[in-house]
Order: sequence, then structure tokens, then C-alpha cells
Amino acid sequence: MTSSAREFRQGLIDVLPILVAATPIGLLWGTLAASKGLVPFEVWLMSATVFAGAAQFVAIEVWRDLVPWVLLTLTALIVNIRHVLMGASLSRHLGGIDGRWHPLMMFLMADENWAFSERRALKTPLTLGYYFGLALPMWITWATSSITGAIVGRSFGDPAGYGFYFAFSAMFIGILAGFWKRPRTGAILGASAVAAALAKLYVPGAWYIVIGGIVGVIVAALLYREGEAS
Amino acid sequence: MTAPLLAILGMALATYATCASGLYLMRGVVVKGRLKAALDALPPAILMAVIVPTILTTGPAESIAAILTAAVAFMRMPLVVTVLTGVMSVVLLRMVLS
Repeated sequence: MTSSAREFRQGLIDVLPILVAATPIGLLWGTLAASKGLVPFEVWLMSATVFAGAAQFVAIEVWRDLVPWVLLTLTALIVNIRHVLMGASLSRHLGGIDGRWHPLMMFLMADENWAFSERRALKTPLTLGYYFGLALPMWITWATSSITGAIVGRSFGDPAGYGFYFAFSAMFIGILAGFWKRPRTGAILGASAVAAALAKLYVPGAWYIVIGGIVGVIVAALLYREGEAS
Repeated sequence: MTAPLLAILGMALATYATCASGLYLMRGVVVKGRLKAALDALPPAILMAVIVPTILTTGPAESIAAILTAAVAFMRMPLVVTVLTGVMSVVLLRMVLS
């Protein structure tokens, strides 16, 4: 097996539990989208091109018969504003990957791919094979489960009952543990959690992720001591 | 172009813009010292912020399940074990607590 194929396989193995968890979520989203009047092709197209679960669920809430496309575009921009920070962080690990692939990599970036890539980059340089091993199966699963939900619809029940929605939080907790270095990490995470919780309660929209992320970064900068090893 | 297609195109472009702008934001920036310490904190700080609504403001089942999941995660268990622990504990806790 070539090293690219090995990297791809590792990405696929890592993302496998997330594919299982994403399937009922995609089915649910496709069902909801169809109930709002989207035809199966539109359901597939949105999952394939927007490829951002949170923004798509919000969009279906906003969707009306006279489709407010400007509002929907702005909503997607705000819900996905966290990707600016994620992309900036991930860009530090793209040094070994041909720049021609970067636009496609950004197109396929979702929270889960991003988190696994950051985790990978803690130990070993990020490769295109590994990234695509995460992103392509995720993209296929999301688009396929969405259109299946739109066509079949209404027969899967509420995925909350099966706890699938918690798989994403559990995965992020597992990845977080890998970032723990010293007590200072606790201060950064605590500050981020408090800021995000307050923002969630008092700031409308999806700003809480960006606010939590930036507060964590500020705390890290303040705690830094000149000349320390990083 | 029909309104649904226009909406989907707008959403796709907006989403791509957020992902790609992060990439170009960092172009040419020399990352070391305090800036490096700050940027190193970005992934864990974002991950924490992403899960806050689920683990802190959804209900007791999710909060307790998050503690159990974190305990397993810090034992350096494989990620799949951590995810299964989270999902199974949230299902059981919801049955017990509801």
C-alpha cells in the first residue's frame, strides 16, 4: 500500500463512528427539508455544496415558500463564521500540501474534519490523503443520507432518542483531551466555556463559538511567559 | 434561476467564504512566541465553545454524560470508546432521568 493510501485509510478509520452518527442526522435534515418544499435534487445540492449541518438546520427553520435567499445567505455566513477561525488554525498545518489542493480542502472543511485534522497535526504532519480520508466519506454520507431522507421521509423517528446527536459532543470531548498539556489548558478551556455559555445565553445567533474561541486565545496570550518552550 | 437554487448557491458561497478566508487571513504571518501560544489554544478553545450548549444548557443527562465521557477521554482510551461511552451514557441517563 502506498503511503497516501495508508493515510487515506487512517482518516477513514478515524471518521467511521462519525459517519454512523451523521447518517440519522442527515436523514432527519432531508426529511425536514422535504417537508418545507425542497425537491430531492435541491436537498442533495444543498448538502453537497453547503456541507455544514448546523447552517442547514437553521436554514430549514428560516425557509419559506417565497424563499428569502438573501436572508438565508446571511444566515449561513453568520452560523459558519466559526470557520474563519478554524481555517486560520488549520492553515498552519497545510505547509506540506500542494497549494492547488487548498481550495478543495476548504470546500470540504466541516467541524468534524477540522477537529480530526487538528488532532492529527499534534502528532504527525497533516497529509492530503488523511484529510480526504476524513472529508470524502463524510461528504458522501452527508449528501446521500440527506437525499434519502428527502425521498423516504418521516419514518425514522427522532434521532435524539437514540443519542446519536451526542456522538459529536463526545467526539469533541475525546479530541479535546488530546490537547491537554498542563493546568494552563484548564484555564483556557474554562474561560472559553464561560464565555461561550454567556454568549449563548445573551447574544442572539451563533456567535458563541467565535466568542468562546477568541476568549480562550486571549487567555492563552495573557498567560504566555517570554522565552518559555511551547 | 429559481429562488431555492439561488438560496442554495448563496449559502454555499457564504460557507466557502468563511472557510477560505481563514486560510488567507494567515498568509505571510510569522507565527512564534506569544502569537504561537495564542494560536495553539485556538483548536481546544473552539472545541470547548462548540460543545458548551450541548453539555451545559441541554439538561442533566447531557451534563453528566459529558463528565463520564471526559473521564474516559482522559484515560487515553481510543476515540471510538469515548464516543460510545458518551452515546450510551446519554441514552441511559435520559431513560433514568426522564
